[in-house]
Amino acid sequence: MTAPLLAVRNLQVRYGDLIGVADVSFEVAPGSIVALLGSNGAGKTTTLNAIAGIVPASAGQIEFAGRAIAGEPAYAIVRKGLALSPEGWRLFVQQSVEKNLLLGATPVGDKARIQHQLQRVYAVFPRLAERRKQQAGTMSGGERQMLAVGRALMSEPKLLLLDEPSLGLAPAIIETMYETFLRLHKEGLTVLLAEQSVDLALEVASYAYVLQVGRSVLCGPARDLLNNPEVQRIYLGVG
Amino acid sequence: MNFAFFEVFDVYLLEAVVNGILLGGVLALMALGLNLIFGVIDVVWICYAELIMIGMYGLYYAYAVYALPMWIAAPMCIALVAVLGLLLHYIVIRPLLDAAPINQLLATGGVLFFLQSFATVAFGIDFRNLGIRLPVLAIGEMHFSYARLLAFLAAVAGMVTIYLFMTRTYIGTAIRAIAQDRQIMVLMGVDSRRLYLVTSALGGALAGLAACLLVLQYDVHPFVGLSFGPITFMIVVLGGLGNFIGGFVASFVFAEIISLGGLYSDLEWGYVLAFAFFILMMFARPQGLLTRRS
Repeated sequence: MTAPLLAVRNLQVRYGDLIGVADVSFEVAPGSIVALLGSNGAGKTTTLNAIAGIVPASAGQIEFAGRAIAGEPAYAIVRKGLALSPEGWRLFVQQSVEKNLLLGATPVGDKARIQHQLQRVYAVFPRLAERRKQQAGTMSGGERQMLAVGRALMSEPKLLLLDEPSLGLAPAIIETMYETFLRLHKEGLTVLLAEQSVDLALEVASYAYVLQVGRSVLCGPARDLLNNPEVQRIYLGVG
Repeated sequence: MNFAFFEVFDVYLLEAVVNGILLGGVLALMALGLNLIFGVIDVVWICYAELIMIGMYGLYYAYAVYALPMWIAAPMCIALVAVLGLLLHYIVIRPLLDAAPINQLLATGGVLFFLQSFATVAFGIDFRNLGIRLPVLAIGEMHFSYARLLAFLAAVAGMVTIYLFMTRTYIGTAIRAIAQDRQIMVLMGVDSRRLYLVTSALGGALAGLAACLLVLQYDVHPFVGLSFGPITFMIVVLGGLGNFIGGFVASFVFAEIISLGGLYSDLEWGYVLAFAFFILMMFARPQGLLTRRS
C-alpha cells in the first residue's frame, strides 16, 4: 500500500470544556476520494477545520504528505497544498467572483500560474466565468458553492477538503457539483469529503469513515458501507 | 460673472455650508484612518489624534525650523507617522491581539498620554505654526481660506488614493477581505500579521497626511489632539465602527453641524451642538447612521 497523503491519528479538539472531536483516526490515500460521514454534530466540520489549521488540535497527530502539520498556522498549511472549502462557503460577499478567486490564489504567488489556474477554474465552472464581475453576495446558493470550491482550487491543492458541499442546494445542482468532483478527481485531485448525505457521498467515494459523537466508529470501502445496516443505525442514533 | 443667484440665499449661510464641506473632507480623512485600523485589526487606536499631533510637529520642524522645502517636508512627515503606526502596532498592539478589548483600549490610551507627555518635554507647551499665511479667496461676498481649500483637495486626493489601492491592488483586496472574515482569510494562505503591518502603516500615513493639512490651518501644541480626537471618534462611532462609507457620511454631517452651528453663535457652540447630536444619535441609532434596523 502506498503511503497515505493525509493521516489523522487520535485527533482530539476541545473548546474549553466542550469536546468537539474526541478520538478520530483515518487516512486518505493519494488519488482517492474519501468520505467522512456522520450526522449533524458528529464532528465532521471540526475535524476538517482542525486539519486545515483554523481550530487547534488539542491532541493527536495530523500528517500531510509525510509531515506533521498539527499546530502549524493555517496559512502555512494551505501553502503545502491542502485546501478547504469551508462549511457555509464563507465567501467575501462584497467582492467580485474574480477577486474571491484571486484571493484564493495567494499561496501561488506567480502571476502567470495564477492566470493559468484561473482559466482552469473557469473551465471547470463556466458559470463563474460568466459571473466573474458579479458580487459574490448576490449569487445563488449553487453558484456560491461553485465559487467556494473554485476558490479552494485556486491554491493548486494536492488535497481538497470539502465540507458539506450539498448543504442547502437543489438536487439538480448537487448532481452537477458531484459530477464536477468526479472530474477533478480524474484529473488527479485527492478529495476528502464531509457529507451528511450517505448515499451521495458513497456514490463517489472509494472509502469512507463514519463519525459518531466525535469518534470514528466505522470504516470500509464505500461499496460495503452502502449495504451495511450499522451505518443506518448510527445515523438514526438507535442503540 | 453674475452673482445675483446667490442673493436668493443668505450669503453667510452658503459660506458656512461650503466651509462645512471643506472641514468635512479633513474629518473624513481622519475617520478613514481610524476605521481602517478598526475594520482590519479590530482595535481602536485611542491615540490616533496624538499621532497626528506628532506629525504636525514633524512638519513644523522640517519646514519652519530646518527650512526644508514643502515637497520634501510633507512626504517626510507622512512617512514619519506611517513608521509610528508600524511601531505602535509592533510594540503595543501585536502582543495584545488576543487580549480583551478593554486591555487594548487601555494600552493605546496609555500611548496617548505617553505621546502628550513626550511632546510636552520634547517640544514645550508653546503654540507653534508654520508661519505661512495663505491668502483668502473671495467669491462675491463669500470668503474661503486657501488653506482650507488646499486641505480639502488633498484630503479628497488621499481618500481617492486609498480607494484605488483598496479596490485595484491585491493587498487592498486582501485588506478588505480580512475586514470581512478574519478567520477564513488564513485559509487563503494569508499571514494576517503581515496585512496588519501594512494596514498600520497605511493608517499612520493617513494620520500623517491629516497632520500636514491641519498644521496648515492650526497651531500645534502637545494637547492639540484633544481638539479633534474626540470629534473623530464620534464620527467613526456614528458612522458605525469599521464602516467606511458611514464614517464618510458622518464626517460631513458633523462638519455641517459645527459650521452651521458656529454661524448662528460662536464656533464653540458648533462643537457643543455636534456633541449633543452625537448623544441623541446614540439613543436613536446606537449601531450607526447607515445600519439598517433589523
